[in-house]
Amino acid sequence: MTRLENKFQELKNSGKKGLIIYITAGIPNAAATAKLVLEAEQAGADIVELGIPFSDPMADGPIIQNASYQAIKNGMTLSGVLEIVREIRKSSQIPLVAMGYINNILNFGFEKLSGAAREAGLDGFIIPDVPHEESGDLKVACQKQGLHLIEFVTPGTTDERIGETCTTADGFIYCVSINGVTGVRKIDYSAINQVIRHVRQQSAVPCAVGFGIGSPDAAVAAAAEADAVIVGSAVVKEIAENNAGAAMALISDLRRALDDKYGR
Amino acid sequence: MTGEMKKGRFGKFGGQYVPEIVMPVLNELEQAYEKYSRDEEFLAELRKYYMEYAGRPTLLYYAEQLTKHYGKGKIYLKREDLLHTGAHKINNALGQVLLAKRMGKKRVIAETGAGQHGVATATVAALFGMECRVFMGTVDIERQKLNVFKMKLLGAEVVPVTTGTATLKDATSEAIRYWAAHIEDTHYIIGSAVGPHPYPTMVRDFQSVIGREIRQQIKTETGGRLDYLLACVGGGSNAIGTFYEFKDDANVRKFGVEAAGRGPAIGDNAQTLSSPASRPGVLHGAYSYLAQDEDGQVIEVYSISAGLDYPGVGPEHSMFHEQGIVKYVGINDQEALEAFQLLSRLEGIIPAVESSHALAYLAKLMPQTNEDEVVVVTLSGRGDKDVQQVVKALGEEI
Repeated sequence: MTRLENKFQELKNSGKKGLIIYITAGIPNAAATAKLVLEAEQAGADIVELGIPFSDPMADGPIIQNASYQAIKNGMTLSGVLEIVREIRKSSQIPLVAMGYINNILNFGFEKLSGAAREAGLDGFIIPDVPHEESGDLKVACQKQGLHLIEFVTPGTTDERIGETCTTADGFIYCVSINGVTGVRKIDYSAINQVIRHVRQQSAVPCAVGFGIGSPDAAVAAAAEADAVIVGSAVVKEIAENNAGAAMALISDLRRALDDKYGR
Repeated sequence: MTGEMKKGRFGKFGGQYVPEIVMPVLNELEQAYEKYSRDEEFLAELRKYYMEYAGRPTLLYYAEQLTKHYGKGKIYLKREDLLHTGAHKINNALGQVLLAKRMGKKRVIAETGAGQHGVATATVAALFGMECRVFMGTVDIERQKLNVFKMKLLGAEVVPVTTGTATLKDATSEAIRYWAAHIEDTHYIIGSAVGPHPYPTMVRDFQSVIGREIRQQIKTETGGRLDYLLACVGGGSNAIGTFYEFKDDANVRKFGVEAAGRGPAIGDNAQTLSSPASRPGVLHGAYSYLAQDEDGQVIEVYSISAGLDYPGVGPEHSMFHEQGIVKYVGINDQEALEAFQLLSRLEGIIPAVESSHALAYLAKLMPQTNEDEVVVVTLSGRGDKDVQQVVKALGEEI
C-alpha cells in the first residue's frame, strides 16, 4: 500500500473524513513551502497537494492564478517542487501529491519525472488538463514507479465516462463540486453527490470533493457523501494576503468542524 | 497520410488537454459538428450567409503592378480583406454560430487579441440574436480601442482580462474558464485553428473555402497553373484555410509566414514553427509547437501585429511542418511595414499588418522563381485597423 492508500485506510478505520490541503509551491517564497506543509500537517491536514506553478493555469480561478504567477517570479520550478518534497520527507510521511499542468510535466519528460518523483518521496500527480482520454502514457509512467495519477469526475461527467474512469482510477477520485474553476463560492453539492453515489457502485477508490470549499461549514457540507474534502484557494488566499498563521488557523478550524461532525 | 491519424490528432499533434468539466461539452460539440458538417441543409445555409452576408466568393486579383515591381511571374491576391468585417475571421464565426444555434445555445463567447475575431463574433451574434461576451486582455483593449467600441456597438460585452500578461493567451484561458462555468447554454467560438479537438478541424473546414475558391479561380486565370501559396501564420486559421485544399499537391510550394518581430532572441518574435527555440508542448488544449522556456512556462511573444503574437500554433501546422508539407519562415516588423506600404502604393490596397508578413515574403521568394511561375498570396484582412499603429511605427504624426 502507498502512503496515500494507507492514509485513506486509516481515515476509514477511524471513521474520520480526510482533509486535503492545496498549497501553491513557491509562495510566499520558495524557501517557505516545506515549512508550510509541515505546519499544515500539525494543524490537521491528512494529505497535501503541492501546486506546480504554470504560466497559463486554465482550471484555476484568480487566487491560485495569482499565486502561480507569484511563484514563477519567485523562481519555483518542477525541480524545485521535488526539492520541497525531499525536504518534507526528512521529517514527515504525510501523503504528498503534486498538482500542475501537463506542459510542465511533458517538458520534464514522463519517465524522467516519475522516477525523480518517486525518489523524492512524492506519492502522485493531479493534472487537471489531462482528462481520462489523454492520460494513458502518463498513467503508465506513474504506475511503473508506484505513483498515483488522480482522475476527475464532475457534475457533468456522463455515466459512460464515470464507468471508464472507475476502471483505471487509483489513489483517490477528484470529485469537482461544480462546473467552473477553483475559487471559493456557495455550492449546492447535490449534483456531485449523485455522481459520487454512482462512482461508489463501481469503485472502492476513495472520493475527495474539491473546488469552492472555503469554510468549516462548507467542508462539513461537502464531506457528506465523500471520504475527504480538498481546500485550496481559501488556504492560498490566507498565505498570500495574510500570513501562515492565518492559514493554519483555517486548517485547524476545518479539521475541528469535520471531526465534530463526522469523528467517532 | 496527411489527414488525422486518430480522433482529434494530426499525426502526434492535437488532442484534448482540457479539464474534465469541459469534456462533455467537447463531445457534444464533436457530435454536432460531425452531424451538421454532412448535413446538406446546414451547408446550404452556411453557403447562403457566405454569399449574401459575408461577400463570398472573394476575388482572386491579379496584382499587375506588384508583379511588375518584382519583374517576373504572376502574383495574385486572394482578397479575404474584402469580406464583411474586413478579414477572413467571419468565415469561421458564421460557421460556428450556425452550429451553436442548432445546438440550442443562447450565448456565444470568444477571445480576441487585435479584436478582429471579437468583431466577427459580435457581428454574427448580432445577426442571430445571441448574447455575446468577448474576452480581451487589458493591454490589447488599450491598443485596439476602435475594435472595442465596434464590439460594444454590435451589442457584445467586452470582458477585460487582467491576469497573466493581459494579452491574447490570457484572454483565451479566461474564455475557457468562463465556458467551464457556463457549458449548458454557451458556445465558445475559438478564433483560430487551435484549441482542443474538434476546434482545429472545425475551424480549418470553415476556412478551407479560401483554398477551394483559389483552386476554382486559378483555373480561369492561368488554366490551373499554381506554383506558390503564401499565407501568414499566427494561430494559423487563414493559412490552414489556404493550404488544406492543396496539401497533397506537392508541386504547389506552400509557405507559412510567421512574425520574426524585432529579432531572433526569445520573446522578441512569434516564430512558433520557424524558430529553433520552440518545441512541442500543450497550451489551450492541444499538443503543438509552443514558445516556452526551459521549465515549460509559456513565453510572452512579440510582433508588431497583434494578430500574430500568439505563443502557440494550430496542431495541423505542426504536422505540416514536421512532414515538410508547408515551409514555415519568418518576416520581421520592418519587412512587414515595408510590404504594407508597398502594396498600398502600388495597388491601392492597404493590407492588414498580419497579411503584410505574407506579402513581405515575396521579396525573398520572387528572386528565386522562374519567369512564368504563379504565386497566390492570401490577403487575410484589410489594414484600416492598423493605420494608426503603422503611423506610430514610422515615426510620423497624423
